[in-house]
Amino acid sequence: MEYVFKAENISFSYYTLQGEQNVLKDISFGIKQGEFVSIAGPSGCGKSTMLSIMAGLIKPQNGKTKTKDGLKTGYMLQQDYLFEWRSVFSNALLGAEIKGTITEETKEYAKSLFEKYGLTEFMYKKPSALSGGMRQRAALIRTLVPKPDILLLDEPFSALDYQNRLNVSREISSIIKKENKTAVMVTHDISEAISVSDRVIVFSKIPAVIKNEFEIDMPYDSLRRDNPKFTKYFNEIWKELQ
Amino acid sequence: MNDSSFNQREFIRKIRLRKRTVLFFQCAILVLFFALWQFCADMGIIDSFIFSSPKEILFCAYSMIFTNSLIFHTFVTSAETVAGFLISTLLGTGIAVILWQSSFLNEIFQPYLVVLNSVPKTALAPIIIVWVGNNINSIIVVALLTSVVVSILNILSAFNETDKNMIKLIYTLGGNKKDVLFKVVLPANIPAVMNTLKVNTGLSFIGTIIGEMLVAKYGLGYLIIYGSQIFRLDMVMMSVIILAILSTVLYKGIVILENKIVSKVM
Ligand SMILES: Nc1ncnc2c1ncn2[C@@H]1O[C@H](COP(=O)(O)OP(=O)(O)OP(=O)(O)O)[C@@H](O)[C@H]1O
Ligand SMILES: [Mg+2]
Repeated sequence: MEYVFKAENISFSYYTLQGEQNVLKDISFGIKQGEFVSIAGPSGCGKSTMLSIMAGLIKPQNGKTKTKDGLKTGYMLQQDYLFEWRSVFSNALLGAEIKGTITEETKEYAKSLFEKYGLTEFMYKKPSALSGGMRQRAALIRTLVPKPDILLLDEPFSALDYQNRLNVSREISSIIKKENKTAVMVTHDISEAISVSDRVIVFSKIPAVIKNEFEIDMPYDSLRRDNPKFTKYFNEIWKELQ
Repeated sequence: MNDSSFNQREFIRKIRLRKRTVLFFQCAILVLFFALWQFCADMGIIDSFIFSSPKEILFCAYSMIFTNSLIFHTFVTSAETVAGFLISTLLGTGIAVILWQSSFLNEIFQPYLVVLNSVPKTALAPIIIVWVGNNINSIIVVALLTSVVVSILNILSAFNETDKNMIKLIYTLGGNKKDVLFKVVLPANIPAVMNTLKVNTGLSFIGTIIGEMLVAKYGLGYLIIYGSQIFRLDMVMMSVIILAILSTVLYKGIVILENKIVSKVM
């Protein structure tokens, strides 16, 4: 399988008046077309920094990222950040608006996504009229409208409470599978990582190196959590995180 | 009629009653104040030459409407004030945008803004009049000056407190600094700008009156100075009362506008 993204010996530090903070140390991994990869690691170890590098928002001091030509990334932040001064629909078109690519076609595509994910009747409402899960779906639609090839998800469900989180993460990940997108998700929830991913990359504590990688060899369906392998993976990853 | 709707109605009725009672006492205080004033003047307890009286004030207003174009004076003061706070809010927003987009400029100008903000702007009024001239323009400039620095500081600090992640979102969607300004910073801070507009109405009134007192041939500030010079205290008091009504009306107008805009945007 071909790689759509490769990180090669990435090192990154933040420089502040308080001193130097080495965050990432010699990180290398690849993401294959259609793969769903999770990055797990202790809090503050540099997971969000890694995603920002992948999205090209910041440049690493050492090492490089290689992407397939013309690869478009879509980034989903920790919270939905839907703008209250726009309708949900106009929020979803924000990316296209910025790129200056709003056409009837994009609008139709956005509408089809709203329909697919059950938000049609909320399209012209203000974001505050939506529940937490619905907002998360709207934020996902906003990420999907520019048709990204790879999705970067930074703890996309952390703003939700536990019950919602299970449902929404199942829902969102099945949407991503259905759209046949490549995705990289940051999480510190081990069960979440195992239940949605093909592969889990475990970061060490700061400065982060890759401690281990786990291929999750289970069929992708809602029954993963009941699979006996689930506990095995859980324990292995949990041990790595200690 | 079920119980809960009865309770709800009782609740609403109580709140209405409370509101009406408060309004009643508010009006009563006003009426009582003027009545007492009039009574003291009639009884000779206070010297109505110095303190004037409600009757004289009303009579003065009545006669000035026809002979001395009171409406024109009121209009001039309102126009100068409105011009003052509108220009000041626009200018304040504009300068705040410039300082927001360059943290370098922002740092350089910060101490100047802080110093300018603490200078009593009324002290600058005579200078402005010398520079701009003995006309309505200098009054507007003084009105503008009283509020523009504080507008810049308030709007800039609101801009700088815009949620960093909302800004990051724009960059993740491939936007640049211009997109950040127009898609996040400006719309997110409409309430802050409206709030500045509200503060500016009051400040702008101060500037206008000071300006009028120094140079004008028209306006309520002029009437106050003129009245005090010829010892027509009724004219002075009348102007002050009109000023109080005017500033209340303007302030309320802005609040209504603010609610309309903010509820539409937010
Ligand atoms: N802009 C910055 N300047 C300086 N230090 C930073 C900056 N952003 C992050 N850091 C530091 O870098 C480290 C890694 O941050 P990062 O946000 O990537 O971690 P994370 O793994 O995403 O954490 P979390 O699980 O809490 O989201 C942290 O120790 C943080 O304090
Ligand atoms: Mg993070």
